[in-house]
Amino acid sequence: MNVSANASAYVQAQSLPELPAPSSTKGPIHWMRANLFATPANTLMTLVAIYLIATTVPALFKFYVFDAVWSGTGRDACLRDKVGREVGACWAFVGDRLQYFIYGSYTQAERWRVNLVFLGFGISIVWLLWDKVPFKSVGFLFFFGILPISAWMLLYGGARAEFWFLIAGFALLAWTIWGDLSAGRKGEPDVFTRPESLIRYGVLAAMVLFGLYVQIGPGELPVVETGLWGGILVTLLIASAGIVFSLPFGIALALGRRSKLPIIKLFSVIFIEFVRGVPLITVLFMANVMLPLFVPQEWSPDRLLRPLIGVALFASAYMAEVVRGGLQAIPRGQYEGAMSLGLGYGKMMRLIVLPQALRIVIPGIVNTFIGLFKDTTLVTIIGIFDFMKTIEASFADPLWATPTTRATGYAFAAIFYFICCWGMSRYSISVEEKLAAGQKR
Amino acid sequence: MQAAPETAKGSPWYDPKIRGYVYQALLISVVVYVGYAMVSNVSQNLARQRIPFGIDFWDTQAGFDINQALFPYTARSSYGDAFWVGLLNTLLVAAFGIIFATVLGFLIGIARLSRNWIVAKAAMVYVEVIRNLPLLLQLLFWYKAVLEPLPRPRDSIAIPGGALLNNRGLYVPEPVFGAGAGLIGAAFLLAVFGSIAFYIWAKRQQAASGRIYPIGWVSFGALIGLPALAYVVTGGPVSFNYPAMGGLNVRGGITVYPEFIALLLGLTTYTAGFIAEVVRAGILAVSKGQWEAADSLGLPYTRTLSNVVIPQALRVIIPPLTSNYLNLTKNSSLAVVIGYPDLAQVFLGTVLNQTGRAIEIVGITMAVYLTISLLTSAFMNYYNQRMALVER
Repeated sequence: MNVSANASAYVQAQSLPELPAPSSTKGPIHWMRANLFATPANTLMTLVAIYLIATTVPALFKFYVFDAVWSGTGRDACLRDKVGREVGACWAFVGDRLQYFIYGSYTQAERWRVNLVFLGFGISIVWLLWDKVPFKSVGFLFFFGILPISAWMLLYGGARAEFWFLIAGFALLAWTIWGDLSAGRKGEPDVFTRPESLIRYGVLAAMVLFGLYVQIGPGELPVVETGLWGGILVTLLIASAGIVFSLPFGIALALGRRSKLPIIKLFSVIFIEFVRGVPLITVLFMANVMLPLFVPQEWSPDRLLRPLIGVALFASAYMAEVVRGGLQAIPRGQYEGAMSLGLGYGKMMRLIVLPQALRIVIPGIVNTFIGLFKDTTLVTIIGIFDFMKTIEASFADPLWATPTTRATGYAFAAIFYFICCWGMSRYSISVEEKLAAGQKR
Repeated sequence: MQAAPETAKGSPWYDPKIRGYVYQALLISVVVYVGYAMVSNVSQNLARQRIPFGIDFWDTQAGFDINQALFPYTARSSYGDAFWVGLLNTLLVAAFGIIFATVLGFLIGIARLSRNWIVAKAAMVYVEVIRNLPLLLQLLFWYKAVLEPLPRPRDSIAIPGGALLNNRGLYVPEPVFGAGAGLIGAAFLLAVFGSIAFYIWAKRQQAASGRIYPIGWVSFGALIGLPALAYVVTGGPVSFNYPAMGGLNVRGGITVYPEFIALLLGLTTYTAGFIAEVVRAGILAVSKGQWEAADSLGLPYTRTLSNVVIPQALRVIIPPLTSNYLNLTKNSSLAVVIGYPDLAQVFLGTVLNQTGRAIEIVGITMAVYLTISLLTSAFMNYYNQRMALVER
């Protein structure tokens, strides 16, 4: 172009050679460069981390998987001298003692009762936690009312157990029918045929029939003393007693703490702050040694009941603070709206405030429950045979005394607790995301 | 509250004020009745079991020994002394635990946000594993599975610096102070005060002129240099009593018992997992604009973190950090399972077993933990107020 002769000399006349493409902006190499070896310090950290992982993870796998002994009937299977090879974890020990870890010393022939309770527990957990299952109100009635009573009777047994079972079934049935009748009077004619009511009647009728069957049929259930209960049974029992009791009581305490009535507020605050200020161990000791002194001699609570009471009171105080957080997050307008509709305090809380407040704090409740579940291990200290204690106790068994028994037992306990707690925390995160989705329009 | 209009006058039962009085009166009478019933039951039960009430056991000879005591304690000492030994041991492990857990927790919390993928993932795995396992299991793991299989005293592991490690504990050299050692202490104190004075001066200078002084290096140099100088000047009056094998056990040095190590390790690693999450949440709460502003000022990563982000994150971090400190202190009562002589193990365990005074001992123990909790939260509230955002 001839114009270019007059144009400034600094303008390029022909195109420069192409630069080589950047080595990569995607793909594994680039990713590694950006995320692992960005700076010298970063590289150093990566190398240290890789070194640590390379020294621990393969060793753990070797011990717990490759060198492990998976079957056997006694310590000889897990002794290096007898087997003639390097011996890692002794899973045969866990397999052999599994029944003990689950049921404790619960009478062998009666373990179907425990299984039935586990089944009921599992059903109610799925019912309450999985949002696709309908009829939540029946689920709540089952988990907070029927299950605790019937589980205790079933597990303990005894001559009067089915009788009370029967009574409880009838009482709940009568209460439900009465509720439906009064709903019918208010002009909801199809209330009896609603599937929700049918399920409720079904559950209650099954209870009554079962009570009748045991009463008339094979005779009374033999008593299994609580001293024989143990293992996962007791761990679940303590944890679920904690949640069943602490949720309603915690809500009551939270409402009390936010109440305008000074004395109710004072008592709530004292209880909550007192319990939260002391370690669970002192509460358990109190339940164990002081509770029998506080009541008349003939009422002295069962040895297993004492820690249940202690854990339940302890969890209530923590639950109260979680619920209080939810109550505080409800805007004033909701309270005022309820009041302007003419609702009294009870109806305002039950119908307007608590449903919203509890929804917000589901993650908090689950987190409290995770803490409670981990804390159930502390009952070991006052001599209750929970899951942890049964494992610790089986180390003393000479049949399985090997150098690796302990490491295996702890690993098994760790796996159990990790799966339970991690599962719960995943659940709480998923609920949190679901709640946040509603806000993210 | 407005007075109800006269036309709406109904039964007084529907007046919320009267209802409130009735409810409160009911609550008081229930509490009073339960309290009365409890007291009378207790006195009956105690009379039947022939257990006296009162703390007259306080000065009685305890008759049991405690391996780790911060002041001279023998089996002839009283139950009251045992109480103080236990309390001091609780405070000791809690103090060390809080320091270590804070450091480890901050490191892991920051590591979780690291741009280095493998470091971030490793920190995440640590937090998930630690937080989802019961502390009791972790303590048993450290005590029974890590420390117990250590070699016998005869085959002690020698740690560089003259310490010995075996299944009876960690033996560290004990400093012996000769004449003139006081001067070293004085030099150290001087260095401490000098560093603080320099810090204040440097901060003022920075605020006035923008010049940054190397506070860290200066105080580090002073803290090491001055005592070292005093050591040389006075002719080295400090010697060390090194632990050595003697007979069947190690002699000399200071013994750190395995129970203490296990409890400290367990409490530190467990609480650090929780603190890490608190720190992470705090850092994430600082808005992105702060990072970008620091970047555009040309501050390097570490300086951005230490001078811009963390000071602001601390406001979010401190309240939950306090409750983690309290939890650590309360969790130290799990010492019972591994036999570390803290308040719970000595007083709630052994003394209660020997004297049978359930009410007094459980009551005193609860009161002590309650006092520690209230004092800590009062102090942290004060600190929190000082750190809070000052707005016009």
